[in-house]
Amino acid sequence: MLKILGKLRRYWLLLLLLAATTLAGVYADLYLPTLMAKIINQGVSTRDYGFIFRTGGEMVFFAFVGILCVIAGSALGSRVSMGFGRDLRGAMFRKTAGLSLTEFDSFGTATLITRTTNDISQLQMFVMMAFRILIRAPLMIVGGITMALSSSAELSRVVLLSVPTLIAIVAVISCLALPLSTTIQKSVDRVNLILREKLTGLRVERAFGTEEYEEERFDKANRDLTAVSIKMHRTMGVMMPGITLLMSCTQIFLVWSGAVQIDAGELLVGDMMAVIQYVMQIMMSFMMFSMIFVMMPRAIASGRRIQAVLDAPEAITDPQVPARETGLRGTVEFRDVSLTYQGAEKPVLEGISFTARPGETTAIIGSTGSGKSTLVNLIPRLFDATGGQVLVDGVDVREMTQQQLRDKIGFVPQKALLFRGTIRENIAYGKAGATDEELLEAAKTAQALDFIQSKPGGLDSPVAQLGQNFSGGQKQRLSIARALVRKPEVYIFDDSFSALDARTDAALRAALKETVGEATVLIVAQKVSTIMDADRILVLDGGGCVGMGTHRELLESCPVYQEIVYSQMSAEEVAG
Amino acid sequence: MRGPMHGPGGGRGPGNFERPKNLKGTLRRLLAFMKPFHLGLATVVILAIFSTVFDAVGPLILGFATNEIQLGFDRMVAGTGGIDFGAVARILAFMGGMYAVSALFGYLKQYLVSGVSQKTIYTLRKTVDQKIKRLPLGYFDSGSIGDVLSRVTNDVDTVASTLQQGINQVVDAVFTLVTVLVLMLYISPALTFIALLTLPLTLLASMNVVKFSQKLFKGQADTLGALNGYIEEMYTGHNVVKVFSKEADTIDAFDDLNEELYRYSWKANFLSGVIMPVSSFIGNLGYVIVTVLGAVWVIQGKFLIGSIQSFMQYIRHFSNPIVQLSNLANMLQSTIAAAERVFAFLDEAEESPDPVTGEEPARDGPGQVEFQNVSFGYSPDRVLIRDLSLSIRPGETVAIVGPTGAGKTTLVNLVLRFYEVSGGRILLDGEDIAGMSRKALRARIGMVLQDTWLFSGTIRENIRYGRLDATDAEVEEAARAARADKFIRALPQGYDTWLGEDAANISQGQRQLLTIARAILSDPDILILDEATSSVDTRTEVLIQKAMNTLMKGRTSFVIAHRLSTIRDAGKILVMRDGDIIETGSHQELMARGGFYAQLYQSQFQGEAEAS
Repeated sequence: MLKILGKLRRYWLLLLLLAATTLAGVYADLYLPTLMAKIINQGVSTRDYGFIFRTGGEMVFFAFVGILCVIAGSALGSRVSMGFGRDLRGAMFRKTAGLSLTEFDSFGTATLITRTTNDISQLQMFVMMAFRILIRAPLMIVGGITMALSSSAELSRVVLLSVPTLIAIVAVISCLALPLSTTIQKSVDRVNLILREKLTGLRVERAFGTEEYEEERFDKANRDLTAVSIKMHRTMGVMMPGITLLMSCTQIFLVWSGAVQIDAGELLVGDMMAVIQYVMQIMMSFMMFSMIFVMMPRAIASGRRIQAVLDAPEAITDPQVPARETGLRGTVEFRDVSLTYQGAEKPVLEGISFTARPGETTAIIGSTGSGKSTLVNLIPRLFDATGGQVLVDGVDVREMTQQQLRDKIGFVPQKALLFRGTIRENIAYGKAGATDEELLEAAKTAQALDFIQSKPGGLDSPVAQLGQNFSGGQKQRLSIARALVRKPEVYIFDDSFSALDARTDAALRAALKETVGEATVLIVAQKVSTIMDADRILVLDGGGCVGMGTHRELLESCPVYQEIVYSQMSAEEVAG
Repeated sequence: MRGPMHGPGGGRGPGNFERPKNLKGTLRRLLAFMKPFHLGLATVVILAIFSTVFDAVGPLILGFATNEIQLGFDRMVAGTGGIDFGAVARILAFMGGMYAVSALFGYLKQYLVSGVSQKTIYTLRKTVDQKIKRLPLGYFDSGSIGDVLSRVTNDVDTVASTLQQGINQVVDAVFTLVTVLVLMLYISPALTFIALLTLPLTLLASMNVVKFSQKLFKGQADTLGALNGYIEEMYTGHNVVKVFSKEADTIDAFDDLNEELYRYSWKANFLSGVIMPVSSFIGNLGYVIVTVLGAVWVIQGKFLIGSIQSFMQYIRHFSNPIVQLSNLANMLQSTIAAAERVFAFLDEAEESPDPVTGEEPARDGPGQVEFQNVSFGYSPDRVLIRDLSLSIRPGETVAIVGPTGAGKTTLVNLVLRFYEVSGGRILLDGEDIAGMSRKALRARIGMVLQDTWLFSGTIRENIRYGRLDATDAEVEEAARAARADKFIRALPQGYDTWLGEDAANISQGQRQLLTIARAILSDPDILILDEATSSVDTRTEVLIQKAMNTLMKGRTSFVIAHRLSTIRDAGKILVMRDGDIIETGSHQELMARGGFYAQLYQSQFQGEAEAS
């Protein structure tokens, strides 16, 4: 938390000014009751109209100074707190953009989004409130006590009793209410979860006729939430009446002991009135102050979550001196590569060695969880191997800059993702400044030309956030086009044909064969039919390579491969 | 998941500027929801009157005490006596009593309001939930799940917090305002007049600031939305950004948005921070005038010092409820807009009700399904299925194949009556399904989908979902039949293993086995398998296929599949294209015919053909 607040350091000048204006504002505010007491004590008793009007003029002056200070303070406070939020958000985004896939996944996309949006807003609001209260309240308290003491030290002693009582009330109620508010959050999450499940499972639910069961499930969560909300509000409800009552009692006490002292000739009526106002201001300030402490745990929690991301180590960095190009083009080599996630018992990949050369297609097949995607993710350095070497064009990927490396690669991820913008922008994402001709050619190969041209906007048709206005198959084809337009040395298709129906799949593969030419192709696949004619097939099982060769060779030598093949097609098909 | 975030201070300011379309109507409807609590609400109002009036009278009585002291002081100066402590004590005791009663009533009011508002929200949430089951499935096709979700969570929450705070504050603010005004008039009509003169000034000033800041707040809200959307998109596409080396471009675009947000938000927050001090400055002006004029009048003997004191406290009291009410007016606008969205959802057209007289048909039957000249379209101008007739024998397995969008899923959805046919009829064992209750119809059908839907609960609960009155032994029996028993028992908690939100602790294939167990347990006459194996890798698929064969034994089954290899053994294959059944027959017959099916089949296995 403190480390994050350190980001405020660059605003030291503004903060200093903020403190100064707050101080001046507090002084002006506190001076008003003293001036009022003067009018009553001196002006009224001496019947000096001139004095009364002069002092009235002074009061207007101080009120004016007061408001100028508050306005200036508000401007400074907003600038600093919003600037702080901006800086923090920028730092988070940069940090996250730099994270490797391992670190990124260890946090999870959802929580990273929340941390960059909600948590930062939360913290920013807290800082702003803190400026309004944390600086002002202590000054108000010190100033109020000084002024009250100078009006009547005797009377002012009441704060010694009433302030601790006030703090006790706030503390006790907060202690009771805070756990309840945590429970509320959990209940709200539960209600949302059940509802989300219910909506995603509508078809199942209706088919099994479990509507009543579902209704009961929701109702239970709903009732729980209602009960705990009521409890929480009823607990918090004690706060305001309690505080008001305490303040009233303090007033009554002040008037009574004031009367006693006036009777003894030790106090003037005007001073008594001034002390009452000061004491009220002191108590209000304490109340505001304690509110900050109620808000604090939440802000600290947000701060911790943000700091955890900012502190995450960046495992993948560029080398200081990038290696020189070797002149090779499109060679991918794995030398005894293994990968073990931190803290995991078993490696995800172990002892993988192979070489993929230009003009060749290397396919990787295996069951779910066998490490296929992980393997290809090592090539563009989305992960780093924990053992062995991955070489592209004869150079260890860790000895190139990431930009250098990734410029050689056209990658089609398993999950097809588009970005908000137009179709043109999305395909050109692969190659900045690509001509229409290039874009259309890539789209044609990717079998995307038909549906692009059927749209009224053609290439300029809008793409919604994450490509939500396209079907899974269309997204997949566009993301293939995006990789094709790059004309890279190495193509990587990570199970990228899964959402296509059989005919499109076949047409696309035929078109690809012509386009990729002398490039190196790596394909991860589920279906044997997709990869039967590859130059080299790697069969993965449990992280290890259990077979390598052509379809024919593997059919004879590799039991895992045979099993996969026979689960997908009949004997006659295998033989042709 | 993004939970609702109303922190202390809310963080949104008056940033929400949706205008309600029908303020009065919506308000009335919302009040109707509170009908069971009208008595409670009336009590709340009465309690609020007492608590605010008693509270507001306090300063007046305090003024009386000060007057009494001042009179005593004057007597001291004149040497004719001293302070009458008896009188002061009586006044203070009375004041203490008033405050105590006010606090007590204030708390009682809070207590009641909490109950009324939370229970109203409970009812509202429940009503929305119950609405879901009466909506036709078609309503959710257009991707409205996110909408419904935000309706029940965000919109209902907005209404909830307004009810909770709003009822409290409106009643308080109104009565405080009235009482304070009356008391000020009672103390001095002249001073009240002067104080009220500053009021339009306050209103004018704050309204101008608000008007100006509205634009900024809207800008802030829009930019924040755009920025959050951008963050979401870029984080989701993290690996794409990386493999295309677009980090620098992405950061640049982000910085632009972030800077824009900063420009809007500091100004907006600055202005909203200015409203209070400006109005309190004008309040302070009133304070000075009252002090000066009051002092003069005290000298002239027209006025007592205690009255100045009371009056000054009232001026402070007076501006608070006004500021509160204007804040509430803003809050009310966005609340009504939220309530309108909730009500719009409640008003969506519902499914036709089930026949009331419908006697439950015999639970078991042979399971013969017949389509007679069925046609269907999602909208009248887009007919998908035209004049389709088809007869399926009990126990027969029917595979439905065809390209995406051919109407395969639609066909089975019609059998389940997720949608109503627009022409013709579908008979189950000779009875028109439109005449059965949906529940009775669906009780005879079991379903396994590609999307393995499980809910957060134990494995046992998830399997039992197929038939809610099944015993533990029956659940385990079904799991064994589905070949799921083995892996379930291998889990540390066995059948009581809790499945999390994403059920991450078991694999996709295992999830599918659980849904099969669920279908086995429901023991249906008719079975629907919709792409049940396509998200599983082929080795797991073998296991699932075996489980499904067990499941299909003796039941009329509809199998929809992408992979033609999985359905070759089906008794009858329906080939669909553009809503029509274009070919029917067994695998061999269709291959021999050399039509669309054969073409489809060959294109899928082109690889094999070339390799050999």
